[in-house]
Amino acid sequence: MTVVQFALVGTALFSLGLYGVITRKNAVLVLASVELMLAAVNINLVAFDVYLQDPLYSGQIFSLFIIALAAAEVGIGIAIILMIYRNRQSADVDELKAMRG
Amino acid sequence: MHLLASFASQIILAAEEHGGEAGHAAEPGITSGVLVEWAWLIVVVPLVAAFLIAFFGAKSKFKGWLMAWLSIGFVAVYGTVLFVMNATEGVLYSGHVNIATIGSFELEWGWMVDGLSIMMYFLVGVVGFLVFTYAKGYMEGDVRFTWFFVSFSLFAGGMLVLVSAPNLIQLIVGWELVGVASYLLIGHYWEDFANVDAANKAFMVNKVADAALFIGAIIMALSVQSFRFDDIIDVVVHGEAGPLSQYAFWAGLMIFIGAMGKSAQFPLHVWLPDAMAGPTPVSALMHAATMVTAGVYLLGRLFPFYIDVSGLFGGDVRNIIIVIGGLTLFLTGFLAIVQDDIKKVLAYSTVSQLGYMVAAMGAGAYTAGLFHLFTHAFFKALLFLGAGSVIHAVHSNNMSDMGGLRKYMPRTFWTFVVGTLALIGIFPFAGFFSKDEILASMQYAGAHGQGVANFILVLGILGAFVTAFYMTRAVALTFFGEYKGHGEPHESGPWMTWPLIGLGVFAAIGGWVNIPGVYTGFTEWLATRNPLTGMGDHHAESFNWPLVFITSGIVILSVVIGWRIYGKDAETQAERDSFRIGGLWPLWQNLYFIDEFYMRGIVRPIKGAIAQAVLWFDMRVIDGVVNGIGLGAIKVADGVRSADEYVVDGVYNATGAATGASGGVLRRTFTGRIQQYAAFSFVGVIVIAVLFIVL
Repeated sequence: MTVVQFALVGTALFSLGLYGVITRKNAVLVLASVELMLAAVNINLVAFDVYLQDPLYSGQIFSLFIIALAAAEVGIGIAIILMIYRNRQSADVDELKAMRG
Repeated sequence: MHLLASFASQIILAAEEHGGEAGHAAEPGITSGVLVEWAWLIVVVPLVAAFLIAFFGAKSKFKGWLMAWLSIGFVAVYGTVLFVMNATEGVLYSGHVNIATIGSFELEWGWMVDGLSIMMYFLVGVVGFLVFTYAKGYMEGDVRFTWFFVSFSLFAGGMLVLVSAPNLIQLIVGWELVGVASYLLIGHYWEDFANVDAANKAFMVNKVADAALFIGAIIMALSVQSFRFDDIIDVVVHGEAGPLSQYAFWAGLMIFIGAMGKSAQFPLHVWLPDAMAGPTPVSALMHAATMVTAGVYLLGRLFPFYIDVSGLFGGDVRNIIIVIGGLTLFLTGFLAIVQDDIKKVLAYSTVSQLGYMVAAMGAGAYTAGLFHLFTHAFFKALLFLGAGSVIHAVHSNNMSDMGGLRKYMPRTFWTFVVGTLALIGIFPFAGFFSKDEILASMQYAGAHGQGVANFILVLGILGAFVTAFYMTRAVALTFFGEYKGHGEPHESGPWMTWPLIGLGVFAAIGGWVNIPGVYTGFTEWLATRNPLTGMGDHHAESFNWPLVFITSGIVILSVVIGWRIYGKDAETQAERDSFRIGGLWPLWQNLYFIDEFYMRGIVRPIKGAIAQAVLWFDMRVIDGVVNGIGLGAIKVADGVRSADEYVVDGVYNATGAATGASGGVLRRTFTGRIQQYAAFSFVGVIVIAVLFIVL
């Protein structure tokens, strides 16, 4: 198992996530895609941590942070989406253009 | 902190310095001691009281009167204590504090405690105390009761600054304080324009004299190199013929003109009768202990200089002084005969008596002049307060509205009579001794080389006749015959009558302090105690019997003549003034045309041509300059405004417009679509990553 394989998996996951974020119409799915991107980042962090044999395991500790932050982010994100849905009876990202300049 | 410390050290230094000097001049009596060293309180207390009354008087007890009364009472008690100390042991002290040092010149504030100053403390304190007491009754219910006592305390305080001064500068400060306080007091009823005029007149005439005093003080100080009296007297006594011997005549003349203004000498006397516009207590204090005595006091303070003890100066200011005094005492007495206003009768009488004092000074009679000042203070204050009491009852100043008041106002009547007897010089009342000593001194001076004194002696005896005549007239018209005014007059309250009685006692026995050949304490208190003030004084050792009999005879004759003319009651004014001397009468009624001369000769030209010229200069030149500056400023302002509008505003507007335009362009990118934003930021990340890799 080389680090390249992990990097490839990470890249694939990140690309999938990015594609989902940009193209999905449903806000919940956008959020899910963000989770994919975060997972890709976590894979990279852990893989390179092991590859570089960091004595402080900083990559792994960072990934733990990211998991915790992702959970919080999802919590807040879902709550916001829920409120938007209640107000507009829709969670379509294309319709959320009130911030247009 | 530093300032305070240096001030304190200066006080200590000054005190030490003084201690050294005291030993040197410590010939007679007490030179120091707590009471003497703290005599500055006499000066400070009334001034502080004036300030306190100004700020807190209206709300305090008796609306400020109590504060004024207590402060003047303090001066009276302190003055009396010092007077007694001087009479028993003798006091000679002079303390000072350095206020500022300019180069080698030291500005000092000091307090003299010698016979001359102590006599003035005593006079201002005791007469002031009685007048302040009287004022409580007289001013009751007045519009500006509190303000009156502010000015009155300032008046007394200013006089005390003046008489405590050990140098010419402090004397001038007190001189001007008295001047400004008198202005406030004469114009006390400023609702009536005539009173404002009188106040202005007093102030202006005094200012003319003050200008001369300043010039004299400067000449004196430049030639002696000091403003201090003891330095001046030192130069005079020790005969160091420095620059002073050259300029002595002018210095002496100028300072004397200053004294003429305050002491109302002919022809600068015109302000004093008009000063009657003030409330009567003011007149009483002004004519007795304060203000008009200042000039005589100054002549007394510089007496060795004027008398030229070491014979250095040659110039004869003395003869000018005696002539001015003689003219004043003789000419102004007649004016009192024709006045209907009782206060004006007394005012001209004051001018005339001041003439006696000044003439005495000119004749080299230091003790006699100041002795008359001393006795005159009591009986003239008494006469004024008596007149005030009458005015209070009758509500008119005019004797044509009075008459027969002795039945209604017995206390006022009897005290007024005592004052009159003292003024005209009937034995044994106060004025007898002082006036007689003046005449005796003049005879002495005439016999010893001052020829003009003989002439003034004759004027003085004639003046005694005139004095007795107008006072007999005043008493007869006011207190005898039938009452001609309105309503029922009544005796004044105890606040007013007790001061009358107190002054009456002094007027009766005040002359006994200096009876030639019997008891001459006064001479000793004033002259011998301080060897430097009374130097060169001639003092009569015994009565000059021929003069005593001539004067007394003439006075009694005058009273008899006056009584025969005015004693019988007459219904109309014309009948009452049946006694007229053709030619002279109109001259007297027009006050020798002096006022008119001043009006036509000085005031009108100034108001006319000079005022026009000044107006033209003001309108054309000064206004032109001011307007030019204004126009220039407007032009400059216009330029600044366009610069502001086009340049400064342009920069700001351009900045705003540029920001707005770029905002209009950039806002297009803000579509509100989150996914677009995400795509943009991803592209941005890619770009940054590529840049990292490439660079």
